[in-house]
Amino acid sequence: MSQPPLLSVEDLSVEFRTRSGTVRALEAISFAIARGETVGVVGESGSGKSVTAYTVMRLLDDAARITSGRIMFGGLDMLGADAGTLAELRGRELSMIFQNPRASLNPIRRVGQQIADVLLRHANVGAKEAGERAVALLAEVGIPEPSRRAKAYPFELSGGMCQRIGIAIALACRPALLIADEPTTGLDVTTQATIMDLVSELGRARGMATMLITHDLGLATERCDRVVVMHAGHVVEDAPTAALFAAPRHPYTARLFAATPRPGLALSEISTIPGGLPDLRRDDLPPCRFSTRCDRRRDACDAPPLPRVTHQGRLVACHNPL
Amino acid sequence: MFGLLARRLAAALPTLAGVIVVTFLMTRALPGDPAAYFAGPAATREAVEEIRRQLGLDQPLWVQFGDYLADLARGDLGLSITTGQPVLADIAQRLPASAELTLIGLLIAAGFGVPMGVAAALRPNSWVDHLCRVIATAGVSLPTFFTGLLLVYVFYYQLGWAPAPLGRLDAFSSPPPQVTGFYLIDSLLAGDIETFTGAAAQLALPALTLGIFALAPIARMTRGSMLSVLSSDFIRAARAAGLSGNTIVIRYALRNALLPVVTTLGMVLSFLLGANVLVEKVFAWPGIGSYAIEALIASDYAPVQGFVMAMAILYVALNLVIDLAYQAIDPRVRIEA
Repeated sequence: MSQPPLLSVEDLSVEFRTRSGTVRALEAISFAIARGETVGVVGESGSGKSVTAYTVMRLLDDAARITSGRIMFGGLDMLGADAGTLAELRGRELSMIFQNPRASLNPIRRVGQQIADVLLRHANVGAKEAGERAVALLAEVGIPEPSRRAKAYPFELSGGMCQRIGIAIALACRPALLIADEPTTGLDVTTQATIMDLVSELGRARGMATMLITHDLGLATERCDRVVVMHAGHVVEDAPTAALFAAPRHPYTARLFAATPRPGLALSEISTIPGGLPDLRRDDLPPCRFSTRCDRRRDACDAPPLPRVTHQGRLVACHNPL
Repeated sequence: MFGLLARRLAAALPTLAGVIVVTFLMTRALPGDPAAYFAGPAATREAVEEIRRQLGLDQPLWVQFGDYLADLARGDLGLSITTGQPVLADIAQRLPASAELTLIGLLIAAGFGVPMGVAAALRPNSWVDHLCRVIATAGVSLPTFFTGLLLVYVFYYQLGWAPAPLGRLDAFSSPPPQVTGFYLIDSLLAGDIETFTGAAAQLALPALTLGIFALAPIARMTRGSMLSVLSSDFIRAARAAGLSGNTIVIRYALRNALLPVVTTLGMVLSFLLGANVLVEKVFAWPGIGSYAIEALIASDYAPVQGFVMAMAILYVALNLVIDLAYQAIDPRVRIEA
């Protein structure tokens, strides 16, 4: 890679202070996203996908502490940037769409106005032009009768429509990176595909990079150039989609593939991953947080540090990879 | 909108019927003999009986109630034995005084309580939050007559900033021509700035007394409501869209947070209507609270009944206004209605 990546996350660790102890939500994770690239971040619930997204956006709540690492976005040090710079950046260069589309919209504000709010803030336009561009954006995200829908409130629209509004808000200012945090999880299956098509299509048209957070490995391999697999706050594997699909190297990735339904696979052949995520509040977390669930575990797995080996553009964090 | 109004008014009718029955029975059940009071201490037994007959108090209860209903239907609330005036006229004259005081008190409470709640919610557990909590707790803990006396002591007696606590206007001014009965509004309508400032000066301390009392529920409700809205998904989404702090706090968070606060206002108003009675006493305010107390002490039935009726109607009307305000803020309610 000659050009520096659009987003690079290096050695990032995040902890949450809770009443029942410190949760080590992210530990020394690293990955990068190039301009225009679509990267999937995959893992089961609690693996740290959303925390990663919120850390990149600098939207973590007060209980969270970033204990180490560096996040560079387009040459800007995101962890050193002040609140004003971040607010300028968000919505303009870096946007996000969310898991629960309806709850992510202001319930008592017309959706057209909500899109216009973002344009007024970032696009240097007047109220009238912002309103017109909001309607144009609604048309662009495939909402029929956009000028009428602009006057609707979120509760008058379906979940899929609300997610289209969310996409319109996120893409209003043509950001360089879109973070999509499980954008289709709350939607019904037929809507899921159209929403994903819309994100891919608009992203491609704008040359926008996308970070797609999902628990659905199938969706990630279908849509992404590269997949980052997370488990219990670690990045366990990071590889180009084709290579990952052809031969997963981390035992967890392999397990995930085996647990993903696909055509031609009977329900009885879909395996489950034994055990659950370790309690991230424990002080004696093993170096490899998958070791207790792993059938390839060896004695070396209990010895720190966890190896993070990069070979031919793919990273595997395992003592005994496939 | 009109349909809703009609439906809400219709729904209020059983409440009003209940109020009529209960107040009638309650005033009859109270100790004290109005005929004896009216006749005076020197009256003979025959004179008292004569007055009792004149007042219709020798009739069976149900006959009295029938008379009462017939009078009500004609808009006649009876005569006050103490003032000798028709109760309706007394109330019509005094209600604006109480309403003006209560509304300005509420305005002061909301004007300080809402910003305090917002400030506290933006920095929970900071010194701002603690200060707001102390002020609110103190305000609600002190009885209103005490706060009133304290304010009079400091601002009238010690500092001399406020006029003597003797009613709505000082003795040398005459009230503005009556339009709404609110001196502040009527004096402005008449273009009489002097009367306006005079009325405002008289109103300041009693309204402040009520405002301090009502501050706590409004500030606490705003704080709690703001805290929960600020942690909701759409606020995080608004931050992710890079909206400015003001837009997020005021246009996104506060407007949503005000919904439960508006509901609380109804409750606060009913507190205030109760607290009014004592504050009117302290400030010699010619409102219906002090009127009702005097009537109650004199076992003067008609004004007490009239007072309770007026309160019930006022309360129903205020709740209707609050419902309408709620609808103006929340589009989701509009559809259901």
